[in-house]
Amino acid sequence: MISIVAPILKTENLRVEFRSKEVGGGIKVALTGLNLEVFPGETFGFLGPNGAGKTTTMNVLLGFVNATSGSAHLFGQNVREPIARQRIGYLPEQTYYYKFLTAEELLRFYARIFNIPKAEREKRIDEVLKLVELDHARKRQIKTYSKGMQQRVGLAQALINNPDLLILDEPTSGLDPIGRMKVREIIQRLKNEGKTVFFSSHELGEVETICDRVAILHQGELKREGRVADIVREFNCDLEQAFLRIIGYTPQGTPMEIPTQSHAA
Amino acid sequence: MNTIQAIAIVVLKEMIRRKDFYVLFVITALITLLMGSINIFNDQSIAGYLKELALLLIWVSSLVMAITTTARQLHAEKENRTIFPLLAKPVSRAQLLIGKFFGCWIACGLALFVFYLFLGLVAASREHTLEIGSYVVAMLLHWGALAVVIGMALLGSIIFAAPSSNGTICFVVAVAILTLERHLNTVALHTGGIVGTITYAIYYITPRLDWAFDVREFLVFHNPMPVFAVWFQAILFYGAYTAVLLLVAWLLFRRRALNT
Repeated sequence: MISIVAPILKTENLRVEFRSKEVGGGIKVALTGLNLEVFPGETFGFLGPNGAGKTTTMNVLLGFVNATSGSAHLFGQNVREPIARQRIGYLPEQTYYYKFLTAEELLRFYARIFNIPKAEREKRIDEVLKLVELDHARKRQIKTYSKGMQQRVGLAQALINNPDLLILDEPTSGLDPIGRMKVREIIQRLKNEGKTVFFSSHELGEVETICDRVAILHQGELKREGRVADIVREFNCDLEQAFLRIIGYTPQGTPMEIPTQSHAA
Repeated sequence: MNTIQAIAIVVLKEMIRRKDFYVLFVITALITLLMGSINIFNDQSIAGYLKELALLLIWVSSLVMAITTTARQLHAEKENRTIFPLLAKPVSRAQLLIGKFFGCWIACGLALFVFYLFLGLVAASREHTLEIGSYVVAMLLHWGALAVVIGMALLGSIIFAAPSSNGTICFVVAVAILTLERHLNTVALHTGGIVGTITYAIYYITPRLDWAFDVREFLVFHNPMPVFAVWFQAILFYGAYTAVLLLVAWLLFRRRALNT
């Protein structure tokens, strides 16, 4: 018996073009023909070198940027509709929140946006603050927090609505080893709870440990999509080496031979 | 509605926790108090002039407060990148704009209430009479006019790149409307031709902030206030004008790309 599970994140032939701000700069293609599907319960790594189009894809998924052509859907809703974002949590790469608010006030503000009833709201705030280990600092203004603490407030706000899908943009970037480990532990715990996590990262060791599937983007194009184990087996090396070979990087500058993709995952 | 209210509350909290808001507040209160305590040549009518000056000061302070706080709202959201986690939630850009508008407008309303109350008490101590109804009408019209100014500053924050340029342009436009608009129809009548037509067009397009501004005269000279129907229509006009400004702001903002 074949069970058909609908993807909760789907892009079809997604293309994004930007008009250059320079005079006569023309049009820059940031993404071309991107087809992605992420299924419930998956931890999906979204990889690529800087400028590959990862953040642009996330910007489209979150409604910050409109696609030039193609479509993107979250939970079957077009990403242009605010309702598509009702069941997601988003952690940006650089976390900046209203620094004049305390963590508790910030979470209460976001909880109100999700229309979480008052009694449940306070319970949920307690839960997420405990999860990110910020319960002791809940009444302090965010401007007094360290970078690691701010990143954890970011995670707390991303979890306030108990989302089914988490979109994390380089969640461990710029953190010290302890901060990175704490964030990784939280992601692992969310994965164990059956949440779907879609995240971009340059920490390929971390991706190899946590992710079920990955997509590798280069110069706006999807180069490879598949199960981590399959990619590692196919290239007979770790994910980092496989990644470098997929994007065609060699220290000498001579392109490597890339195995052709045999199947779509 | 919950979203708009939540955004407005954050705007209010920001203003309450910012120190520059209080500086303007304290300066205006001090000058009003100082003017109220002056007694020149034992002249009782001096109270009228002092009241006029104090009202002018309140107008200038309220314009500065409304424009500076509103002009920086969207810029600060983008600059501090707080707009990204916010719009990644089920928040439409229209809700963001309306929430910001109400936050700024309510903050200005609270400040106006304190200013007028303070002025009323200082003036009453000199004149031994307090026309509460007149102060309420003057304050409501003033608050209505500020809604237009705040709408203008929000629209400007989408058009102009920097909050400083937006603030300056909004302030110049608001002062120009307050001082020159009432003369535009006379100028148009005397000029005639294309220039006259353009002047008439400007006269009819620009919001009549001078209606609220001129109400100062009623307070100063103890004239009876306009009847309810008149000032209520003026407030409705300000409401409609603000709605148009916010609509234009939303039309410009709704498709604008926000790159993280």
